Amino acid sequence: MKDTPKKERTKSKGFTKARRREIISGYLFVLPNFVGFFIFMMIPIVMGFAISLTNYDGFTKMDFVGFKNYIDMFKDDYFIVSVKNNFLYTLITVPVTLILSTLLAVALNTGIKGSSLFKTMYFFPYITSMVAVGIIWTLLFNPTVGPINNVLRAAGTANPPKWLLSTKFALWAVMIVAVWKGVGYYMVMILAGLQGIPKQLYEAAEVDGAGPVRKFFSITLPLLSPTTFMVTILSVISSFQVFDLIQIMTEGGPGRATNVLVYRIYQEGFQYMHYGYASAMAYFLFAVILVITLIQFRGQKKWVTYM
Amino acid sequence: MAKEAVIKKKDYHPVRSAILSIVLLIFGITMIIPFVWMLSSSFKYNNEIFLYPIRWIPQPIRFSNYVEVWTEIPFLRYYLNTLVYSLIVTLGQLFTCSLAAYSFAKLNYPGRDKLFLAYLATMMVPWHAIMIPQFIVNKTLRLYNSPWSLICMNLFSAFGVFLLRQFMLGIPDELCEAARMDGCSEFSNYRRIILPLCKPGLATLTVFTFNFMWNDYMAPMIYLDDDKIKTIQLGLAAFRTLYKTEYGLIMAGTVCSLIPMIMLYVCAQKYLIEGIAFSGLKG
Repeated sequence: MKDTPKKERTKSKGFTKARRREIISGYLFVLPNFVGFFIFMMIPIVMGFAISLTNYDGFTKMDFVGFKNYIDMFKDDYFIVSVKNNFLYTLITVPVTLILSTLLAVALNTGIKGSSLFKTMYFFPYITSMVAVGIIWTLLFNPTVGPINNVLRAAGTANPPKWLLSTKFALWAVMIVAVWKGVGYYMVMILAGLQGIPKQLYEAAEVDGAGPVRKFFSITLPLLSPTTFMVTILSVISSFQVFDLIQIMTEGGPGRATNVLVYRIYQEGFQYMHYGYASAMAYFLFAVILVITLIQFRGQKKWVTYM
Repeated sequence: MAKEAVIKKKDYHPVRSAILSIVLLIFGITMIIPFVWMLSSSFKYNNEIFLYPIRWIPQPIRFSNYVEVWTEIPFLRYYLNTLVYSLIVTLGQLFTCSLAAYSFAKLNYPGRDKLFLAYLATMMVPWHAIMIPQFIVNKTLRLYNSPWSLICMNLFSAFGVFLLRQFMLGIPDELCEAARMDGCSEFSNYRRIILPLCKPGLATLTVFTFNFMWNDYMAPMIYLDDDKIKTIQLGLAAFRTLYKTEYGLIMAGTVCSLIPMIMLYVCAQKYLIEGIAFSGLKG
């Protein structure tokens, strides 16, 4: 970055005073933001990779170990479990959230009475903090006295799940909360996409005698696909970043049942100070997100229709 | 407009829309009911909270949970801390992001597009992937355990730049050109012409940043160690571990932590929704 203006200055001798002023103000205007961007984004991005090749512990040790951390990672049971959990979490929460939010958005978009009230209700969980949500749901899921199991017992389930205390159900409980919190957010995005579909198409379809189901599959879904695509990408990315809910509700437990990638990185990095190893896992996280996003971009030609 | 009305009338089936309304309402209740339960529990004695069937309106209504929350732990301190951090970051972001956005949208200089591409590219990098090196950078700058770590890290944002740039692109260049002819400096162009015209964009960024800062948990947890500088989310989490079985108290604390966001939601829902719609369309 630094030498571009210099080069420009020699090249730009012929520039008018106004042009030179524009160039200088251009750089000056970006500067305040760029300083932070450079120190807190660009340096860490490069540095993270360098650290992942060492055994840095934050104090004394800092030897170059090559790709040892990356190799160790795949021999580490704990890490493998967290990756498996995270993939399960992604595979369930993303499609469920996507389908629910699409259905809700389409329903609200019919102009049904009270749609703005419904919208407010669905969207509400989004603005609340993960900490608050985690606290409330932990109590709701309480296996002995919690309202959820009280209702289940009243409905005739003799042995309702122990939810957050059971290795089998803990991750599912977290997923329920994640979907509940995310649906309204993605619904808002999808509503914006729906509003971009020209009304004339529906009119024409009606003239041809198409019913609501036919209209949904032949017009709404195809023309919504660019938004669906974007929503899928964003929700996959955020599913690999789940942390707050896990930290508040289960701390990765019971055992390793809800340990996910970011939680594992947090443990290694900030609890055991294995900066090198944790950085390697962090780069793995980045690689996973990048690869999945690229695959989706490749695949979009098959199903995304741009008008 | 008239055409739309005609279609709606044709589409209107009383039975179908009644069923739809009921389904939507059930769904809406599922979204809200945990909060209602929280609110009702915050006014109850501990032993009443888990009674079944749930008594939604507590009898008697017990206000002392709310008094205790503010006296037992330094809730007010956490509140003020978070408020101050959020305000500084929000104002800072409005300043740095709008300046950078102006530069990207309205000024022409060598390297501009490459720089903007770099901003876009880093939006793809998840924060969690760089939190460790970022922590080391902060430690090197001696910002660990200081609120400035949190503030400095959040003073700039690629999202903010992107959002405001998009807004400014929609403002005709001729406005700036005319002012330049009249001898206005770029800064007064930015200040007098562009900023007033992208007020909705600025409002969206304000609401988003404030909401983010208020609810952020992981970064404060990593960076803030002293009790004196902790944020509301940290306080709430600590409160919960401290008073494990004082459910009424915990619920009252949670309600208090939510109030500012509820107020923000009531006042600025429109801008929140616009911002989200924007992030869905950026592809």
